[in-house]
Amino acid sequence: MSRVGTRGLALNEKLLFEHSDPGRIGYSLPNLDVPPASLDNDLVRDGLDGFPELSEVDVVRHFTRLSTWNYGVDSGFYPLGSCTMKYNPKINEVACRHPRLTGLHPKVPVPLAQGALELMYELQQDLAEISGFAAVTLQPAAGAHGELAGMLMIRASHEAQGRKRTKVLIPDTAHGTNPATAALCGYDVVPIASDGVLRAEEVRAHMDGDVAGLMVTNPNTLGLFESEIKQICDIVHEGGGLVYCDGANLNALMGIARPGDMGIDVMHFNLHKTFSTPHGGGGPGAGAVGVTAGLEPFLPTPMVDKTKQGFVLDYDRPQSIGRLRSFFGNFGVMVRAWAYIRSMGGEGLKRASELAVLNANYIRARLEPVFHLPYQTRSLHEVVFSDQDLAGGCHTLDLAKRLIDYGYHPPTVYFPLVVKGAIMIEPTETESMEILDEFCDAMIAIAREAEENPELVLSAPRNTRTRRMDETRAARQPCLCWREISDE
Amino acid sequence: MDFPDELKYTEEHEWVLVEENIATIGITDFAQDQLGDVVFVELPDVGVEVEEGKPFGVVESVKAVSDIYAPLTGEVVEVNEELPDTPEMVNTSPYEDAWMIKIKLSDPKEVDDLMDAAAYEEFIED
Repeated sequence: MSRVGTRGLALNEKLLFEHSDPGRIGYSLPNLDVPPASLDNDLVRDGLDGFPELSEVDVVRHFTRLSTWNYGVDSGFYPLGSCTMKYNPKINEVACRHPRLTGLHPKVPVPLAQGALELMYELQQDLAEISGFAAVTLQPAAGAHGELAGMLMIRASHEAQGRKRTKVLIPDTAHGTNPATAALCGYDVVPIASDGVLRAEEVRAHMDGDVAGLMVTNPNTLGLFESEIKQICDIVHEGGGLVYCDGANLNALMGIARPGDMGIDVMHFNLHKTFSTPHGGGGPGAGAVGVTAGLEPFLPTPMVDKTKQGFVLDYDRPQSIGRLRSFFGNFGVMVRAWAYIRSMGGEGLKRASELAVLNANYIRARLEPVFHLPYQTRSLHEVVFSDQDLAGGCHTLDLAKRLIDYGYHPPTVYFPLVVKGAIMIEPTETESMEILDEFCDAMIAIAREAEENPELVLSAPRNTRTRRMDETRAARQPCLCWREISDE
Repeated sequence: MDFPDELKYTEEHEWVLVEENIATIGITDFAQDQLGDVVFVELPDVGVEVEEGKPFGVVESVKAVSDIYAPLTGEVVEVNEELPDTPEMVNTSPYEDAWMIKIKLSDPKEVDDLMDAAAYEEFIED
């Protein structure tokens, strides 16, 4: 069977506005059995011009058809580097949809929410154990929000000790959100060059009395382990700074190495990446944050705590950076993470990380003879190639588009910035050797196409509903609502 | 690729045209080629003080978002008002239509640290 994604019947679908038929409705109200009352006239607006009027079946078909245009982890391999698009076991979806959890109102009194609080408490403990930190907050709503929580705590810690610090060091292999977080917290960002791995001497050269801390991603965005991390943490600590770790790549480390043991002071977890929440569609996620005992007083309120009287929400934390999120964070994501950790167990999590690393290295070994590998250090959970060896005037973008024809979601492209024309592949642990082989065969076939028939690659995708989109025009002239389209 | 001799260049791929104590600044042909199709340009207001080596604006392409660094220290005296509405000029005319800002130099000696066209060409070869 051909590996190339074959054409099938793809149904076109109009906008809801274009389906509309005046007077068509999708509901029926029961007969009025109370005296009629009308609203004040000034509360009633005129009809909305062009507002769609549809039947139930119109709406169901509309969204069902749109869903067939989608591509997700449940449709196929999704090696989007840095995003950990692994398969999320359905049992965790069942758990988080349990009516006894979904029916729980966030304002219910604490004594009536003991089960939910117990789950949160256990998740805090589990994450602390996995990462080697003293305490964990579950409140932040996503990764970048977790970064913000972490950097606010670093700032609060310096302020509590009367230390005025103005700068944050960030290596060029850190995640793109890190500099934004530091800037948002009022710090000047000092970029540090790495040679793929951050060197302790480079950190020492930049360390001075103005440095509040270092933000490092480990493993970094090249998928490489920061092997000098312990020395680096020591250097920053000696200079009175703290070390933030972006934990987005924790999927490479579970059960093998703990950031808390490396000297890291604070780290966020992307629960939606590593701990089984479907993501990529805009959330919600969860960015739990772990801290050392030294930073514990600054954790956001409330914290879930265990007392002799049961589980409580602790608001009495005078040094806290305060509340970061309405209610208690994205609870559904926490339930999935709890269920995932409990069903995998310690050995299972370790095995997941081992397989994630093995899979990335398998892809690296198969593709290294064909694609240029700019950094030779042993990879962990992802591998970054460049488009340097692609023939026929084809670039990373063309390769990515051609992969769609072969039935794959493209990898992350043009990131990290330290690699020109980066192709960043993160297979995750959930893919079998057969899937990895098929993907590698497709990559190698495209490299050959670029040599023999580059037009095929340059004009991809060809098997899709629509051909290559004009991304430049979309960005220069964004057309974001129906009215703008209809006026054209 | 074109690197006019009358311009000076930086390692961050900006070009500078110095006329008396006014410097006109943009990004090089090499920079626009690396970025790909530019879709957005953000520039400072007139009157803003820019500092050598510090970012003064942002250029965004379909591939990446990059800071634009001030090659020299000074006060912004003129901004290319047309550029934010027609960012594609960065690709089509990096040295003419897509000039970005003009600054009044506070320390003309800084100009000596910039590369000439030959040195810049050698720099980007590496």
